[in-house]
Amino acid sequence: MPAAVELIDLAVRYGQTEAVRGVSFEAAAGAVTALLGPNGAGKTTTVETLEGYRVASAGTVRVLGLDPATQLTRLRARIGVMLQSGGVYPTMKAGEVLRLFAAYYEHPLSPNALLERVGLANVTGTPWKRLSGGEQQRLSLALALVGRPEVAFLDEPTAGVDPAGRLVIRDVVRQLRDEGVAVVLTTHELEEAAKLADHVIIIDRGRVVAAGSPAELMASGGAADIRFGGRPGIDTSSLGERVGAAVFEAQPGEYVIEAEATPGRVAALTAWLAEHELPLGDLRAGRQTLEDVFLRLTGDLAGDEGAVARDSAVAQEGAVAQEGAVGPRRRRARP
Amino acid sequence: MTRGVEGVAGRRGVLTRGFGAQVRAEVTMTLRRGESLLLTLGIPIVLLGFFTLIGYPDRSMTGGVDTIAFLAPGVIALAVMSTAMVGLGIATGFERQYGVLKRLATTPLGRPALIGAKIAAVGVVELLQVVVLVIAGVLLGWQPRGDVVSAIVLVALATLAFAGLGLLMAGTLRGEVTLAAANGLYLLLLLLGGMVVPLSKLPGAVQGLARALPAAALADALHAILGTGSAVPGRAWLVLIAWAVAGPAAAALTFRWE
Repeated sequence: MPAAVELIDLAVRYGQTEAVRGVSFEAAAGAVTALLGPNGAGKTTTVETLEGYRVASAGTVRVLGLDPATQLTRLRARIGVMLQSGGVYPTMKAGEVLRLFAAYYEHPLSPNALLERVGLANVTGTPWKRLSGGEQQRLSLALALVGRPEVAFLDEPTAGVDPAGRLVIRDVVRQLRDEGVAVVLTTHELEEAAKLADHVIIIDRGRVVAAGSPAELMASGGAADIRFGGRPGIDTSSLGERVGAAVFEAQPGEYVIEAEATPGRVAALTAWLAEHELPLGDLRAGRQTLEDVFLRLTGDLAGDEGAVARDSAVAQEGAVAQEGAVGPRRRRARP
Repeated sequence: MTRGVEGVAGRRGVLTRGFGAQVRAEVTMTLRRGESLLLTLGIPIVLLGFFTLIGYPDRSMTGGVDTIAFLAPGVIALAVMSTAMVGLGIATGFERQYGVLKRLATTPLGRPALIGAKIAAVGVVELLQVVVLVIAGVLLGWQPRGDVVSAIVLVALATLAFAGLGLLMAGTLRGEVTLAAANGLYLLLLLLGGMVVPLSKLPGAVQGLARALPAAALADALHAILGTGSAVPGRAWLVLIAWAVAGPAAAALTFRWE
């Protein structure tokens, strides 16, 4: 079966600027594909090309085997679109707009059941402009789904949504996947990609820099290591001899042992610390998180935009960070 | 193969259903906007009542008919202009700004049906306006007469012309700018349209310009049919037809959906 969405060497140009250059990926039915990247990476441009809003300056674009730029008429009934923001008449009530959209499709879902499913049954009579940001996002999601799409394009579906709303949105997205829908979403938040996606495509400055399942990405690039925090200035060569691997102090008080975190090696570390009566601040062992991969791949961004994206990625990525480490982590200098 | 035939019929059915729902939604939202109702019904009724009470000093100004027989067709023309140009333009301008038009482009409704539904909704609102204004006019002593079919054709042409101008602004300017521009144009065309101020009171050069505009052409034509009961001046037909073609064409060529 051909992929629901297929992009080969997509390039999109706005005047002189090439927003997307050479992006290729496939998105399968019954899977969640996440485009992950900092703001301005080209995620929205890519998705909007799939939705027929942008015209590719080069490359092949296929959604359900059709070209959205020229065959959108045949596609519209089969795709669902959630724009990054807006898209709804401000004075229209939640129930009204969902019923209106339902009327566009041949076999729509029941608007009331859908409102229930996205947790908006209690604001049916509230105009769009009085809904909270999270409620607006959930209504946008419902509008994308009411026509029973085969492909759902969700641009930043959880942006500005409170934690409870996020759970609802993730739940709905997983249901869609289980029903066999091809879900293509964009996010600049690692947590979303790690929790939702079967397939992650990391985009940076208009290019795909990595792709794979979250597990594959986390296993790729950079060997496993052990990191720990302690008193600054400990004798790293003595410790290195004991654990049988190179040890260096990445930041004052932050150490990296460049070797796999075998139980024996971790035991050797703690024994060495005990012998020297040194405290252990925190300890992280094992593979890297998606955040590490993301930061390594997008971290060499020049200029402020990269710094902002890094900061927001770190700030918004609480849950994944907790899985691996306690306390502050420092990045090693990358070549 | 029968399934394919049913599929086509089903799609046609859903297109009709979607179109109908869109027209209903557009009408509902127009009637829900208080400022829009003020413009489309409040102002015409106030002008009708106010100038009828004051009266025009000289019958030559009104083409020899009663004040009310001059004013009633004039405010109907004004009502058509307010809904087709100002109401449609402002609403569409803000919908463009809010991404509504963008979002609807990827639904099965599609862009042509969306614009069609908007124009159809304008027609529905105009019908409501005409009913209210005719009742108000009759209460003020107007005795409507004339060729209803020609009047409907004229209003339809004018609707296309004004909708073209409204969408021209909505498709090229920001929402706030469209708001200001449409209201400014409304006031200008109200004064130059011979709707409440007779064209004969305008200076000669201005009169010439005014007669080339769709507002005066519609008011002139409605004054003739509904007011004096005379034939519609050929020039009014020509001006309206020209604007009914040029307005929508200009809008279609320049409209930006995002």
